[in-house]
Amino acid sequence: MSKTKLKIENLYKIFGPRGKSFIDPVKNGMSKQELLDNHSHVLGLNNINLDIPEQRIQVIMGLSGSGKSTLIRHINRLIEPTAGAITVDDEDILSMSQLQLREFRRKKTSMVFQKFALLPHKTVAQNVAYGLTIQGEQESIAKEKSHKWIESVGLSGFEERYPAQLSGGMQQRVGLARALATDAPILLMDEAFSALDPLIRTDMQNILLELQKDLHKTIIFITHDLDEALRIGDNIAILRDGKIIQKGDPQQIIMKPADDYISDFIKDINRGKVIEVKSIMQKGSSEGTSLDSSCSLEDALKVLNNEKNNECSVVDDKGKKIGKVTLDAAIGALFKEKASRNKEKYK
Amino acid sequence: MDWLSEFPSLGKRDLRDLKKGIDGSFREWSRSNGDAIEAFFDPLYFFLVWLEKLLIATPWPIILLIVAGLAYLGSRSWKLALGSVVSFMLIGYFGMWKDMMATISLISVSTLICIAVGIPIGILMSRYDRVQSAITPILDLMQTIPIFVYLLPVVMLLGIGRVPGLIAVCVYAIPPIIRLTNLGIRLVDKEILEAADAFGSSYRQKLFSVQIPLALPNIFAGVNQTIMMALAMVVIASMIGVKGLGMPVLQAVQNQYLTLGLMNGLAIVALAIIFDRVSQRYGQRLQAHRYGKEHE
Repeated sequence: MSKTKLKIENLYKIFGPRGKSFIDPVKNGMSKQELLDNHSHVLGLNNINLDIPEQRIQVIMGLSGSGKSTLIRHINRLIEPTAGAITVDDEDILSMSQLQLREFRRKKTSMVFQKFALLPHKTVAQNVAYGLTIQGEQESIAKEKSHKWIESVGLSGFEERYPAQLSGGMQQRVGLARALATDAPILLMDEAFSALDPLIRTDMQNILLELQKDLHKTIIFITHDLDEALRIGDNIAILRDGKIIQKGDPQQIIMKPADDYISDFIKDINRGKVIEVKSIMQKGSSEGTSLDSSCSLEDALKVLNNEKNNECSVVDDKGKKIGKVTLDAAIGALFKEKASRNKEKYK
Repeated sequence: MDWLSEFPSLGKRDLRDLKKGIDGSFREWSRSNGDAIEAFFDPLYFFLVWLEKLLIATPWPIILLIVAGLAYLGSRSWKLALGSVVSFMLIGYFGMWKDMMATISLISVSTLICIAVGIPIGILMSRYDRVQSAITPILDLMQTIPIFVYLLPVVMLLGIGRVPGLIAVCVYAIPPIIRLTNLGIRLVDKEILEAADAFGSSYRQKLFSVQIPLALPNIFAGVNQTIMMALAMVVIASMIGVKGLGMPVLQAVQNQYLTLGLMNGLAIVALAIIFDRVSQRYGQRLQAHRYGKEHE
């Protein structure tokens, strides 16, 4: 586990003119509905605690209204919290002055927006260079850097176009290049790919994952799409009504959903593709073919089926044997969800 | 039951004393400060006179060339440039060249003043809600108060002539540019502002590289309206001694000179149409990027 880059502790956000005065009632268990009905205040975030590791992709997932966009805006203080603490590299974000905050936003974070939020009156090159221009970077350096990032998102030749002349997918590439151009270690992505159609979305996910291999940024990625979360996230936190109801890596979320809400969430995913062998691994060793621990269930099933005693050994990325996996376990994992539901039914 | 049918009002005598008192003290104040105030507006006066003389002294073919050039640069339309030149020639042919130059110099100076004063006020209004709620009623007042009511104190202070006329025109013509600057900046997409914030823009950077450029179409609509309203004031301004196309109209009204009134009236209309079309086209070109066209 890499070290913690960003730490969110006991974070509360109550929208409304007298938000602060409802902190104690909320801490003592006043519900979101009660707060809204009796006091016309909206509980945006409710006791958020999250450690975000360095150089990983942390996905925050939730449906609309769950508070995920509110949460990401706390990290660069586009929204002020009502109570709680946020630290980046052990530096307290909330005690920063306006000037320090501006410097923090320039150097430490950058952001990609759902609706792109490009400057319509500036060209692609000017948009990508925006963060650098704001910092007072020399024009020639800004131009050079922005050119490099335009190239890396595959937009060479479009430098002098205006955003309105580009398709949605291309516009978001500009948004991504603009965010990367400032070399900030933290990248905030607010439903960055949600407005794109599915094929383009997969495309953009690939670009992001490919870039991340070299860049190793700390990425906080907001989405309402579970497939996207599972595909991109090193870690996932699931948000509902302003509360984190489960956090963990994708395998943990699928294998051990914390409650019915999450079970419901994951019921339609393709388990064969998402579950990895390491999640169903047992102790011991086997004479069968070696499978990589991050091999998907789908691929493993084919191999297992052809094995004599339907067993394979599992190896880690250095080729060391760490356990075994059986056909029964694999099939069990594939249908676990349905099985547990049927049990409910016949109880 | 007399007191029911008669509205309780100040006694006639008290009322007269009140009016007299205010009138008297204002007159006294304007007498003692009139010179200082006049001196304050002197640069304006000299600039106005200088521009008027310059326009009149410039040979007419050069003026026509400049008109054609400006009209084309503003609108990128040959038709409009040609139309402007033809209208100018017609107006000159019917003996109104000098009056037209005087009017154009008045309109130009008052529009410049309105822009220089109005845009900063509009920016302040867009930044602070309090300023907005303080200025809005003043603008309402400026737009609805009968013109003669504020002409009076201006004339008492500065006498009759170009400068009071200019001030009267500006008071009447400045509200649209203030309102539309404020509105334009407030209408800028919140998401784009959020992006500017997220990258660490200062207020000044946000204002000059995001808000004003994106508000330009609206600001320009304000400039256009301001020009139109300034032109509409030309006749009234001539009542306090401003020379130009308005003066003959006023004479025509007083003496029932039908043709004189019509000719000068139509000249004002022609100027209005030219200014309007050229500035509107220019405003439209400012937002060409919105429709995915190349900038020209």
